[in-house]
Amino acid sequence: MTQLRQFLIPIVSTILLSACDNDDKEHVPDRLDRHSSSVELVLTEDGRPDPSVLAQEQVLHRDNGEEPATLDPHLARGVPSAHILRDLFEGLTAESPNGRVIPGAAIRWNISRDGKTYTFYLRREARWSNGDLVTAEDFVYGLRRSASPATASNYAQVLLPIANAAEVLSGALPVDQLGVTAINEYILQIKLKGPTPYFLGLLNHSSTYPVHRPSQMNYGSAFSRPGNLVSNGAYVLKDWVVRSRIELTRNENYWDADNVILERVIYHPFEDQSAASKQFRAGKLQWTYGVPNNQFKWLQKHYSDELVISPWLGSYFFGYNVTREPFIENPNLRLALALALDRDLLTEKVTQFGEQPSYTLVPPGIGEFVSPLPEWASWSQAERNEEARRLYAGAGYSEDKPLRFEIRYNTGENNKKMALAAASLWKQVLGVQATLVNEELKVFLQNREQKVLTQVFRAGWIGDYADPYGFLELFRTGHGRNDYGYSNELYDSLLEEIAAERIPARRRRLMFEAERILLAELPFIPVYTYVTKRLVSPRLRGWESNVMDHHYSKYMFLLKTVLEEQKSAAADMGDTVEAVEEAPAEETVTAEKNGETPEENEVVAEVDGGTREQHK
Amino acid sequence: MTQDSGMLRHTLRGFLGLFPTLLLLITVVFFMMRIAPGGPFDSEKLLPPEIEANLNAKYHLDEPLLQQYFRYMGQIAVLDFGPSFQYKDWTVKELIAQSFPISLTVGALAMLLAFVMGTMLGIAAALRQNSRVDYALMGFAMLGISVPNFVIAPILILLLAVYVGWLPAGGWDWSVASMVLPVVTLSLPVTAYIARLTRGSMIEVLHSNFIRTARAKGLPESVVIWRHALKPAMLPVISFMAPATAGLISGSVVIERIFSIPGLGSYFITGALNRDYTLVMGAVIFYGVLIIVLNFVVDLIYAWLNPKIRYDEKH
Repeated sequence: MTQLRQFLIPIVSTILLSACDNDDKEHVPDRLDRHSSSVELVLTEDGRPDPSVLAQEQVLHRDNGEEPATLDPHLARGVPSAHILRDLFEGLTAESPNGRVIPGAAIRWNISRDGKTYTFYLRREARWSNGDLVTAEDFVYGLRRSASPATASNYAQVLLPIANAAEVLSGALPVDQLGVTAINEYILQIKLKGPTPYFLGLLNHSSTYPVHRPSQMNYGSAFSRPGNLVSNGAYVLKDWVVRSRIELTRNENYWDADNVILERVIYHPFEDQSAASKQFRAGKLQWTYGVPNNQFKWLQKHYSDELVISPWLGSYFFGYNVTREPFIENPNLRLALALALDRDLLTEKVTQFGEQPSYTLVPPGIGEFVSPLPEWASWSQAERNEEARRLYAGAGYSEDKPLRFEIRYNTGENNKKMALAAASLWKQVLGVQATLVNEELKVFLQNREQKVLTQVFRAGWIGDYADPYGFLELFRTGHGRNDYGYSNELYDSLLEEIAAERIPARRRRLMFEAERILLAELPFIPVYTYVTKRLVSPRLRGWESNVMDHHYSKYMFLLKTVLEEQKSAAADMGDTVEAVEEAPAEETVTAEKNGETPEENEVVAEVDGGTREQHK
Repeated sequence: MTQDSGMLRHTLRGFLGLFPTLLLLITVVFFMMRIAPGGPFDSEKLLPPEIEANLNAKYHLDEPLLQQYFRYMGQIAVLDFGPSFQYKDWTVKELIAQSFPISLTVGALAMLLAFVMGTMLGIAAALRQNSRVDYALMGFAMLGISVPNFVIAPILILLLAVYVGWLPAGGWDWSVASMVLPVVTLSLPVTAYIARLTRGSMIEVLHSNFIRTARAKGLPESVVIWRHALKPAMLPVISFMAPATAGLISGSVVIERIFSIPGLGSYFITGALNRDYTLVMGAVIFYGVLIIVLNFVVDLIYAWLNPKIRYDEKH
């Protein structure tokens, strides 16, 4: 029976979800299908892990990268804040362990025929951590606070699809004009500017969370401190020592508290990934934020059970400044460089962590969307190189008159290696003379934006939400981050059509078409798709890899010991004591890491849960 | 009596000198931070113009630079360092108040350890000048100076925390165990430096006339060393210690990162990189005051150790 349910329910729920009218039944299955990979042994009939296999102490120590900027959901920006806020608060929607959008504080919703009015029905059993009811008013208050210019939210752009949001943010309209209404205590209506198919996915972003009105008004800006913070999620804030620890305990008043197993979750900030991995190896952490660079082989050998690598919703690429010589009006030259870049080599030898070579802008893993593959993606590298040489010569360059330009990148070990590797590949294949320019992040961003100095520059994007639009939009004329200077009327009009289209299949077709144009003109060079990489204790279960890299602690639990099947798998891996001899390999890494400050992994901190950006 | 008033004048002058120095420091750092390209809210992610305007208005970044400067000086005058741009839930004062005791503890213990160990080793080496002991100690000290913290620290962590498990691999909970590794690592290069300084000046002092006189009078060697030679030999060590102590107790970025200690040092770097104007200013002002005060304390100790300075004061 359980088996059958496990099999059927994901399918059923996917259908339900696309129908956008979920009910509570959907929630139960999610607790089942998240364990489906290997947990048959562990689960009891009702879908919960058998208490006999659970560890006595359900306390999770999570490495959370940098210190979170804030725990005020409406000011939050960056991945570290987002991870904690997902545990503390619950938006109208939530996500299953595999990243699918599921009901959160709203048990179900209706979407009007034109796709512009959403009506949410809240759970009557939902409570704040102090026992107060969670009402539609709380959401109205929260959304208005988030949009208010006085709040100066850092990520209110998540609200922009809501009617009047832009006007409220700019102060042109008062906050009560925001398209959000409480119909009654449990019914909330949100009116949108246009159909926004990914809107439900935005509603688990912290900018849309409700706040507890009485305590927020009472404590003002200090309402997010321990002792003051009243939250509606699975956990409550117990303690916060800046840059040391943030401790959460189970929220007894959470509507699904019975199914929350971890009693305490302690988030530890780590500025240095090597420090975190040493703590992990000493058994003080069960989950790390990332892993130190350059240690792939070592980790794979000694921590193969703990090392978890999975695709991420992000693309690493190089951008061209198409407003400047030599790349202005020169798509053939742009293509030549793109062709000559041996992506298999770059991902295998340079990045090393299983990144996927990419030939498109939009990373795979977004629902049913499939990117158009350029023809040359199927060629061998030798064929690509040959074509690249032909185009290069056609553009008027030769051995005597080589193409010269600068590759600009922001500080970071990986960026440096990628720029070096790209420059040497271009030199090898085409004879290009590329020079490297390293800049501190903020300087780099400013130069990119001004489009005066840049020629080829490091770029990347991590999806805010599982929709290609956020990627395609980057190349719209006048987009604030269109540092490429790309402008194409047809492309812009396609983007407008996409924004107004509500039939998913037609919308996908339009997005396909838009990306095809982009790949034909190549204002950028696709390189690879990001992966997330971390160490996770095999005793920690209940979570799944997902492209959004959102992991709610409420789904997780700690086993007493590693399961039998895991142990046997671990047996062929060398024993850990051997590690001693190889350890020195790590020292050099640490040494390098301390020179430059926001290291790769720290910089990802800017990436946010719903709001991601990438500085790698 | 005259001696005391001379000291007092000296003290007062030093104290008054603090203000123009600080004013200059604040002004230079303020404008340097603003000249640096980019601002606190720049990131790879697009910030819609209306949101950026709201943020700039909230933090007064929309005002002319000079107005911002005077606003800031006005705040400083009442010891208000403002809210941090990066850590939005905290004010700069709270952040410094939380992190400084930690940096102070680690730094002060490291300095104490370095001073005791360093002088002992230095004296031991000086007394057996050019012997094997001397070479061994000074070779060791050279190693301590030239091998950087970020090499020693991970080795110590791997040995003592990861493999043997005697000490925590990092983190800070005010327990002695969590202090051992950072304090030892931080003190090693300073110990080495102090040892070399002590040895050098001790050797010099031991060759001076008044020591020869003391020996000629037949004083026991221990009295010669501890009562007569030690005090003057300490002078260069003491003048080295002022900036060194300020450096140690204001937190070491490297040590903080490797041992995950929430001290003050990281704020200098992360603050600057994030263009967290207020945090950088707060940290710099704090450090500035600290170093000025410590230099000043050293002056006092110097005067006490070296009668020549006191004598000069009288004229």
